[in-house]
Amino acid sequence: MSTWEAVIAILGLACITVATRGFFLYPERDLPLPAWLRQGLRYAPLAALAAVVAPEVVMQQGHLIGTLKDARIYATLTATAYFFWRRGILGTIVTGTLVMVALRTGLGW
Amino acid sequence: MSEITLTRPIWRHPEFARGARGMVGVSMGIAAWGLVTGVAMAKSGLPLPLSLLMSLLVFAGSAQLAALPLIVAGAPIWMVWAIAACVNLRFVIFSAQWRPYFAHFRRRDRMILGYFTADLNYVVFMTRFPERRPAPEQIPFFWGGVAVNWPSWQLPTIAGLLLADAIPTEWGFGFAGILALLGLLYSLLTDRASWVAAGVAASAALATVALPLKLNIVAAIAAAIAVGLLMDHATPTEAKPVVEDKT
Repeated sequence: MSTWEAVIAILGLACITVATRGFFLYPERDLPLPAWLRQGLRYAPLAALAAVVAPEVVMQQGHLIGTLKDARIYATLTATAYFFWRRGILGTIVTGTLVMVALRTGLGW
Repeated sequence: MSEITLTRPIWRHPEFARGARGMVGVSMGIAAWGLVTGVAMAKSGLPLPLSLLMSLLVFAGSAQLAALPLIVAGAPIWMVWAIAACVNLRFVIFSAQWRPYFAHFRRRDRMILGYFTADLNYVVFMTRFPERRPAPEQIPFFWGGVAVNWPSWQLPTIAGLLLADAIPTEWGFGFAGILALLGLLYSLLTDRASWVAAGVAASAALATVALPLKLNIVAAIAAAIAVGLLMDHATPTEAKPVVEDKT
């Protein structure tokens, strides 16, 4: 891909950001969404988060991890324990990351 | 239809600070994630000026990471765009949720607001304003969040692009981005129905992980909505124990 083609590709990607994030904001009138769908959409954000997080925690190259010597397991458990103890997102990130870096650099997991 | 009008500078509004504080909690995760994205972009072989242009304009990390190898490999442009659109499908679903809050603004303002509605803005905003109707404090709150989210993403991404060779990715601190999403997910689990829906989504995403283009995320959202609706209809008075009034 030449440089100008790459620039066009990137400009197009920016347009895709606007088009997807603004999809239902663009029309002047409400699009007729059925009531059940409107109600069900409240589960969309937590589902999206769970769907992104789960494979990153328990999978490696598209397969479930088969070893307990994986720093991600302990980082996730620590972060989870912290969250339900203190309910703070920043502390959840910090404790989990500390465990992650400690196991990776200390034990080479 | 109304314009966004304010009687004082938007950053002086108390809700601006509140929106910014709501985002600070997750900004460390965003920053770690941005750094890793920057390093990955640098290692992909895309020239630095193009990488900078991409980060500053596209402003959608997962779409950038999906599109990069295709651009570098010289794939047809339509394929690059199609893949980015699929990875961004979740934003189409989110935009339906944004509509009740933003529908009364002019179209141009709506599209500008839409451009900045990244994943974390969505979660923080919906937690603050669960009622689906517009209110004057929403716009300052929204921009307060953007004012933290945008630099927390862009500056580390640029740092990652410039310092790619000096940053030891094997330490695994990129996992902080996942932990930020995990913390946000936990903060959304407020009743039994939401726990079940999250469990269904996680299982569905794992079961369909072999699907191309991150379509497993779309499959997981569909499964969670279906199960959520089933639960809502099985327990019409909310999925919480109801204390009966015995008077």
